[in-house]
Amino acid sequence: MNDKKYASMSKRRAIGNAISYVLLILISIIWLFPFFGLIMQSFRSYSSEYGGMVNYIIPKKFSLDNYRFLLSGETNYLIWYKNTVIIAIIVAILQTIIVLCVSYALSRMRFKGRELLMRFWLILGMFPGFLTMICLYFLLKQFGLTQAGAVPGLILVYVASSGMGYYVCTGYFDTIPKALDEAARIDGATRARIFFEMIIPMSKPIIIYTALVAFMAPWCDYIFASYVAFGNDKSYNVAVAMTRWVWTNDYQGYFTRFCAGGILVAIPVTILFMALQKYYVEGVTGGAVKG
Amino acid sequence: MAANTEKQSTNAFAAVGRDIAEIGTTFVRGDWKTKLSYLIFGFGPLMRGQIFKGLGYLILELLFIWYMIGFGGKYLSKFSTLGTVATQKVGRKTVYGDNSFMILLFGILTIIIIAAIILVWRMNIRENLREETALKEGKALASNKKFLASLLDENFDKTLLTLPCLGIFVFTVLPIIFMICVAFTNYDANHQSPTNLFTWVGLENFRNLFSFGSTGFAGTFLTVLSWTLIWAFFATFIDYFLGLAVAMLINKKGIKFKKLWRTILVLTIAVPQFVSLLYIMKMFASDGIVNAYLMKWGWITSPIPFWTDPTLAKITIIVVNIWVGIPYLMLIATGLLMNIPEDLYESARIDGANPFQMFWSITLPYMLFVTGPFLLTQFTNNLNNFNVIYLLTQGRPQSMKLTGNAGYTDLLVTWLYKMTVTDTNYKMAAVIGIMVFLVTAVVSLVVYNMLPSVKDEEGFQ
Repeated sequence: MNDKKYASMSKRRAIGNAISYVLLILISIIWLFPFFGLIMQSFRSYSSEYGGMVNYIIPKKFSLDNYRFLLSGETNYLIWYKNTVIIAIIVAILQTIIVLCVSYALSRMRFKGRELLMRFWLILGMFPGFLTMICLYFLLKQFGLTQAGAVPGLILVYVASSGMGYYVCTGYFDTIPKALDEAARIDGATRARIFFEMIIPMSKPIIIYTALVAFMAPWCDYIFASYVAFGNDKSYNVAVAMTRWVWTNDYQGYFTRFCAGGILVAIPVTILFMALQKYYVEGVTGGAVKG
Repeated sequence: MAANTEKQSTNAFAAVGRDIAEIGTTFVRGDWKTKLSYLIFGFGPLMRGQIFKGLGYLILELLFIWYMIGFGGKYLSKFSTLGTVATQKVGRKTVYGDNSFMILLFGILTIIIIAAIILVWRMNIRENLREETALKEGKALASNKKFLASLLDENFDKTLLTLPCLGIFVFTVLPIIFMICVAFTNYDANHQSPTNLFTWVGLENFRNLFSFGSTGFAGTFLTVLSWTLIWAFFATFIDYFLGLAVAMLINKKGIKFKKLWRTILVLTIAVPQFVSLLYIMKMFASDGIVNAYLMKWGWITSPIPFWTDPTLAKITIIVVNIWVGIPYLMLIATGLLMNIPEDLYESARIDGANPFQMFWSITLPYMLFVTGPFLLTQFTNNLNNFNVIYLLTQGRPQSMKLTGNAGYTDLLVTWLYKMTVTDTNYKMAAVIGIMVFLVTAVVSLVVYNMLPSVKDEEGFQ
């Protein structure tokens, strides 16, 4: 009797699992399909099948035409790529430093106006970012940081307001017991020493998370990058240049080249993200619960 | 409530009164060093050996004077008209007149700087008072070395926050105030500085936004606003529940290769959005791969207008956004699901609850409770989700029925962007920007106060 019940239960479980696997495989196919298509199109031969839209996924002839085109220097692809890498690295470093400083001050120190400052920043954050675009453009232009000087200009824009993104990092600092600080202060350590020698070494996960997010954002920025670099081909980042290839109809033949360019962009970013995934999940989950 | 605010305001008045009284008595009772400090900032501290503090005040005052004589005063005097002398062509030469843009921007900056210098003046007086009282009581003033050292210790917050605050002021606060002011001017394509002047027009732009006439923006504004809200609602909640479902599916007991499934989904977050979304946009285009295969298989005879039919475009965007959003929510939900105490499920199972009941009465309430604030931020982020909309449709399909270049899938923010870049209709862009702020602020305030985790912090223990 009991055996029979067990058998029916395990049978039911097996069926349930089978359905789950079918669902998961289906989901995986849907999620991977765009990437599969992207990779296939990027290898399509430009010389025999042209670079426009076609009605099949698997190319008739595989070739590296599109990649060769990108790397040949016929366009400024390498310069765009270099711009993006430079921006991403510098922004990641500077933004992490600023976020750490602000988070430490807000989490560990109690000063006059702290609450007011936090509330003020919260309200500022409710204004849409591009509202300020015209004004920023003008400010940057005053210092020669548009068009030809767009790369340092963009870095300045990305970094300048990064102090407002302190939530996740402050939340992490709050979980480090304050008793540790107090003990160190009794031993005569200054606030600065506590920050540099105690808090920072304990904050590796959140530092990596902050830097990773800051590093990935400039790769996708189209709005400010296109506005600030307006009309100066050599100052574009990959997102601006690739988006133009896709959107402008004259560029029909550039579709496969966009795919190849996209793949070259995606590879390093994806590898980096996958390697640091653990920290990303930690930061995102912590931030979500903290609110 | 009303009595409370009244009390607060009388308190504020009292504080201002006390402040003015203190300024007066400090002057009357102070020594000559203090008295001179009212004119020359930091004079007292300098004479008492507080070199860094004194020099700091003095330098700020000199900078202020230099700024005001240099250009602050010039711009401020024209602030009320934003310039009267237009740029003219004299023969072949262009004679530049007033630049309204600069007058507005530096006018605002000057007003803020004047307010700041008054604050500095006040601090300088208080510093004098503090030093004098300390000296009268026979205490020694802190040495300069000690003052510098305090910047790394009890005043470390000032060291840490100065630069970030300055950056936020110049690149966020000042531009936002500037744009709020632009909403009250006629700055647009016909009034571009430096060639043309623009000036204050009061509430005209707001009237324009709410007027239904042939040139009014009201019809378009309501269309865009309602789609923005609908989009934010669906994008937030569909993704949330599907993400939760996928997370539970992967976390289910007996499912193998958990890491593999997660990695596949996480690829979406890793690959830059402009690559994946632009490809997906092309996938669903009329000559794209999806239509091509459907036609090859004979399911349809003409391409499905995924991006050109207004309703279909909206649905496609929401569906594609599921592809973008689920992995992110799956990651968050996975971490949280593991926090639910296993014995809750155990006891429910003993009571004979089926999986659906368990989800409904244990998992969902827990998740909603814990992620309430997160859902709110997701919602406001989606209100401003520029990337997904712009990369997929650029707000298209466009229509003659809508003004200001708007399309049927435009959110307020993408519309704002178009107005700035394509139309150079800055005044209306500024008005829309203020509206976005109002919508975000109202939604945040109302929802935040309704959240169970805010109302009842001990709730789910």
